[in-house]
Amino acid sequence: MSFDLGLILASLPDIARGLGMTVLIWAVCAALGLALGFLVAVARRSGGRVVNWLLFVPVEVIRGTPFLVQVFLLYYGGPFIGLSLEAVPAGVLALSIYAAAYYSELWRAGFAAIPKGHLEAADCVGMSPVQTMTRIILPEMTTLILPAMVNMTILMLKETAILSIISVPELTLTVSALGTQNYAFVESFTVLALLYWALVELCGAAGRAAEARLAKYRFA
Amino acid sequence: MSWSLLLLLLEAARLTILLSVVSIGGIGFLLATVVCAAMLSKNRLARGAGRLFVSFFRGTPLLVQLLLIYYLLPAAGLDVPSEVAAIAGMSLCTAAYQAEIMRGGFAGVPAGLVEAAEMAGMSRFATFRRIRLPIAFKLTLPALINEWIMMLKSSSLVSVVGVVELTRMAQDLAASTYRPLELYAAAGAIYLAINVVVALLGRGLEARLSWGRA
Repeated sequence: MSFDLGLILASLPDIARGLGMTVLIWAVCAALGLALGFLVAVARRSGGRVVNWLLFVPVEVIRGTPFLVQVFLLYYGGPFIGLSLEAVPAGVLALSIYAAAYYSELWRAGFAAIPKGHLEAADCVGMSPVQTMTRIILPEMTTLILPAMVNMTILMLKETAILSIISVPELTLTVSALGTQNYAFVESFTVLALLYWALVELCGAAGRAAEARLAKYRFA
Repeated sequence: MSWSLLLLLLEAARLTILLSVVSIGGIGFLLATVVCAAMLSKNRLARGAGRLFVSFFRGTPLLVQLLLIYYLLPAAGLDVPSEVAAIAGMSLCTAAYQAEIMRGGFAGVPAGLVEAAEMAGMSRFATFRRIRLPIAFKLTLPALINEWIMMLKSSSLVSVVGVVELTRMAQDLAASTYRPLELYAAAGAIYLAINVVVALLGRGLEARLSWGRA
């Protein structure tokens, strides 16, 4: 078993492009997932029982089935119901929806953790629902759900690798193609694993730093 | 969708369940106890090795781990069937997550209880068996069940290294019948059903363990 470092060095531009694609998809899906998850959580909280139940079902279905199967369903099954998407948009859409289901549960846990007295107090001083949300609920719960949010966001980074299976040109696809073309599987998959590992550790460290900075705002 | 297709999917689901039981509940769980023991040990080398293991296998996608194992073993002169590579990959990955959960559980055992056990003259082993282990088990059970469900879903990734489990069977059938919509939806429904059963079993177990909140 030999390790051909020259091959990796020669393909650095390709690897960098794949890495950039992975980070881009990750950032876009995290942003979309956070926003959509927030809307789902708010709708379930204040939309009444019917809305709550209507949203409960898709959230649990998404959380209870493999992401890979969801991707296949959208990418290969979509055209049969008039939803023909290229690999990249299909991947972004699938990952955003998947993330939204998980994020919505975290947002909901955050809402549930706000002491009722704080909401009543906000109501008593005449704050509008929007003011209560932006000035009381969101700041208070950010410190509470931040660790779980960071965790979920790191998990999503690893899920982006699955998009290589429907040929989204991200890091895993780029580097494994390198391995196949040059018959250098050991080199390519080792580098691939090390890159993800570094990215995840970096993200974890950033999350811990953010938690430490926000710790002083913790109210409970 | 015809019955014969559904039967083929259910047949493949048996392999998904078998792979999951062997690698998540069996090898992965046992490996996790070893890794957790290493992380909690007084030996710095063992602690470092345990942390490195957890960091690596939680820090890389399971898909990449599977590819690495699948291609690395032959390069190292070991020719193993894809099922073995799949079980190895799943076991290593879930062991890292379960070890971290267990470590958290032991860290959550109130120090006062352990001190009290020492005061009452319990030996270290008795303290472990009667105080720390039962409390840690209770504290970690919900997280462990969650991890088993996550991993059961992730088992769909072993389709990539050529194991014909539920996802791969759905893929093959979708390709040959040209009906991906029904087949992937059916595969998803089967995964959902399995996960609901696991979740319900877990909740039943938690309810039975409702003694002595710590």
